[in-house]
Amino acid sequence: MDNATAHCWPSFASILYPGPVAASPVFDQAAPSYFRDLHLDRIVEAATANHGGEDLAPFFYTPLRDPDAVAYRQEVMRDLEDGQLLEAVQAFGRRMQAMRDQLAGIDKLYCKSGKERRFLEAVVIYCDAVGRLAQALQITCPPESRGMCALREYVESYVASPAFTQLALDARALVVSLANISYCLRIKGNSVTVRLYNGEADYSRVVAGIFEKFRRSEGKDYRARFGHRATLNQVEEQILDRVALLFPEQFRALETYCARHADFLDERIVRFDREVSFYVAWLSYIRRFRAAGLDFCYPELFAASKEVEADSAFDLVLAGKLLDEGRLVVRNGFALRDPERLLVVSGPNQGGKTTFARMFGQLHYLASLGCPVPGRKARLFLFDRLFTHFEKEEDVASLRGKLKDDLVRIRTILDQATPDSLVVMNEVFASTTARDALYLSRRVMGTLSALDALGVYVTFLTELSMFDAKTVSMVGAVDPDDPAIRTFRIERRAADGLAYAQAIARKHRVTGEWLRRRIPS
Amino acid sequence: MKARLMHPDRNFDPQRLLPDHAPDLQRDLALDALARAMAANDEFVFEVARKALLLGTTLDIDTVVYRQEIVRDAIAHPQVARRCYVLVTEAIEGKRKSHWAFSSNYPSSILHGAIDVLTMFVDILRKLRGEADTQGAGFGSRGFRALFAMLQAEFTDDYLAQVSACLSTLKLDGGVQLSAQLGSGNEGKGYTLREVKYSDSHWMDRLFSRRTAAGYTFRIADRDEAGARALSDLRHRGINDAANALAQSMDHILAFFEMLRTELAFHVGCVNLHERLAALGVPTCFPQPSPTGMGKLRFENLSDPCLALSMGGAVVGNALDLGGKRLTIVTGANQGGKSSFLRSLGLAQAMMQSGMYVAASSFAGDLCAGLFTHYRREEDPAMRGGRLDEELQRLSAMVNELAPGAMILFNESFASTNEREGSEIATETAGALRDRGIRVFFVTHLYGFAHGFFAEGAEDVACLRAERLPDGRRSFRIVVGPPLETSHGEDVYREVFGDHAAAPP
Repeated sequence: MDNATAHCWPSFASILYPGPVAASPVFDQAAPSYFRDLHLDRIVEAATANHGGEDLAPFFYTPLRDPDAVAYRQEVMRDLEDGQLLEAVQAFGRRMQAMRDQLAGIDKLYCKSGKERRFLEAVVIYCDAVGRLAQALQITCPPESRGMCALREYVESYVASPAFTQLALDARALVVSLANISYCLRIKGNSVTVRLYNGEADYSRVVAGIFEKFRRSEGKDYRARFGHRATLNQVEEQILDRVALLFPEQFRALETYCARHADFLDERIVRFDREVSFYVAWLSYIRRFRAAGLDFCYPELFAASKEVEADSAFDLVLAGKLLDEGRLVVRNGFALRDPERLLVVSGPNQGGKTTFARMFGQLHYLASLGCPVPGRKARLFLFDRLFTHFEKEEDVASLRGKLKDDLVRIRTILDQATPDSLVVMNEVFASTTARDALYLSRRVMGTLSALDALGVYVTFLTELSMFDAKTVSMVGAVDPDDPAIRTFRIERRAADGLAYAQAIARKHRVTGEWLRRRIPS
Repeated sequence: MKARLMHPDRNFDPQRLLPDHAPDLQRDLALDALARAMAANDEFVFEVARKALLLGTTLDIDTVVYRQEIVRDAIAHPQVARRCYVLVTEAIEGKRKSHWAFSSNYPSSILHGAIDVLTMFVDILRKLRGEADTQGAGFGSRGFRALFAMLQAEFTDDYLAQVSACLSTLKLDGGVQLSAQLGSGNEGKGYTLREVKYSDSHWMDRLFSRRTAAGYTFRIADRDEAGARALSDLRHRGINDAANALAQSMDHILAFFEMLRTELAFHVGCVNLHERLAALGVPTCFPQPSPTGMGKLRFENLSDPCLALSMGGAVVGNALDLGGKRLTIVTGANQGGKSSFLRSLGLAQAMMQSGMYVAASSFAGDLCAGLFTHYRREEDPAMRGGRLDEELQRLSAMVNELAPGAMILFNESFASTNEREGSEIATETAGALRDRGIRVFFVTHLYGFAHGFFAEGAEDVACLRAERLPDGRRSFRIVVGPPLETSHGEDVYREVFGDHAAAPP
């Protein structure tokens, strides 16, 4: 505890990391290279869109390695699952934004009392934001997480401090005195006279009174709508200067206040406001999926064990699209027991193999951020690095050129990967001959196996599904009655390639049985 | 501020939903032709008249009598009723012409538009009261007397002067005075137009009053366009509420005029039609309505006003006493006046029930609980097969609305099938309706049907015939008589082709 400061404040530093500020890492400003392949770019874009966008994105670009740091975030996230606390935090965020908007408007003004009034308004909003946050944390919805509890203690002592109390009280008194000002304007031609208001009658009331007898119903509203202007125009500023002359006492008090409280913002409060958006953004983003009956869970995370498992998980981007179209979202699961490390996914085209691979990557990545992930329950691995290889969409000059390019990229991955890395490979070597592809794939898988890395390997080569003891075969299932209907379900099953062929044959009445019946003896 | 020229207790509602069978009624009774004659080229009168005729059967007997009084007054003072209607219409049209002022979003445009319209309204209110002052004494109906009394009480010279003064102040020739408070950014808010209590203060006051009381004045430079815009914006904010209040007041007065126009329109229509019929020599009278179910129906010189209007002269009238008759069957020669007779009955009923006079020299009858028509429809011959189906479907739809006390006019119904089948259906239909207490008039060629009821000889059945003179000519008169088996088509043939043309062998 640092007793050198004016207040005996507890050691709250960041809502994103346990421990002192110095311990928190630098946030990456650019998205990791695998963001596009896993569609994480779309997820983060959608999640941050209404929550500060680019300012917030770096929090999503920086995965954690320390299980305790992840737990710290999971705890905070769980706290915020309480709708009331979440709403309190969101309201705090809206007020802080409104406060910043006020401050930003100051520079656009020339008139001194206009600038000062904006500043005062910003302080009023700030005090309100902090006061209500303290109220929520202490009384309405007390938190349980380490992060939020530390915040509560911090805010509690901050709000009770004489500096804050004075800031708030003086602001309120000033607002009241300014609100009580009434003045009169006389506009005639180009001249404007500003003077005290002497109780002259409201002319619209006079008019309404004269015609009252005709009144039968409310009637059409003829009022023009005047937008709320962000700033004062030159005429308003000239008027305000003269209103200030009419009410010198009030405006002197305003001037004094602004000079005294120029640095009213508390650094840690401001930091909390910025950082808590990470949680708010994620919870808001997953709300629509939950509303559609899709589960999210807080995964168990291990940095040592590579036994991973997930139940009823799904690809967030595809699910979002399906929900938009009012269609059903198919969920999938996986489970790897020691020594299993690699999920080899084969099966019909367009059967959801790529989606499954993305889902596997998304789950692990999002879990490493401390987010609840799609699925009923999950146990995941805290990777050191994540690598993906998805076929590039752009045309390459020749097949040979393309193959070379693929291999260069794969080489880079294999060089950098460690036993704690996660590797997602999608349809590698799909453009080469099956023989080449098989050969190359076996080499790559051999390396991965030797490395003992965890991952997914999507391929059309069913032979790869039984590569070694570390390999688990996953197959895209089809509807047995109509193979044209894709179920998008990926099942753990031997890839014999027969179920699919059988179904097609039945459909066309060319199975052995059909042929015997149809061909006369 | 009530005007009750249609109902003793409420305004006429032209938006009121018409009964489902209204289109049939309108078409079969040629109600539009009647309403056109009432309208004399005024589309508004036409609409109100049409609606009033179609909604007549919803009125109770007191309302019918109440409205009869007013129609009588209007006919006795045709020019007064017309002048009032013209004044009110002028006000409404005047407002319509200035609509552009109110389509803009500028409070000053709305304010000045409202001032112009209201200035015109005040002038018309003054003239309307003038009619009440000079002509009111001659009116005897409760409706008109109340209207004139209201005009005199509400629009006194004092009141009209007050309105004029208010309008002239709102021209704001001397600039605007606004009050305001400070908003959260020290911008002005709550701009309110304030009454100016004094004209520009005297120089002595300015000299001696405290600086703050006189205020601080600044000017926008003549070439400062942004400043001028800001000032104009401020002005608009200031007069926004007052402009709204004035424009709403204008709308309220407009609504008053519109209400008055609706109330007057029907009576102007009655005046117009009455003049037309009188000019054509068609006798008219105010009928004596009796409550539903009394069974009365007696008339003299009852004619079809629509036929008279289209012929441009008086037509043959009929005199009958059909008291106590629930089923009236009309048979007889083609073009012998049966359809016209049926229509004269329907029109007289519709006109009586809406408080009008009828085209007869005397008329007494029950009010009915709903007036219906079921006419044979001339349709595409190719659709022959489906015609009975259509007829019965139409009948079925009507049955949903039928109640005891209703009146229904059949014209050549069920003729789309053969005579026997048609008679069967007609007999069943007419008999059932009669038993349900519905007054049925049935023009028909279905001899089996007509003869069956005639032979039964029931007290409540009347058999009428298109009269045929001894020399074979038709008089177009409808008389009591048993149904005849022939339809006198031969007569018509002869008439068309001349006496010399022999009937085909």
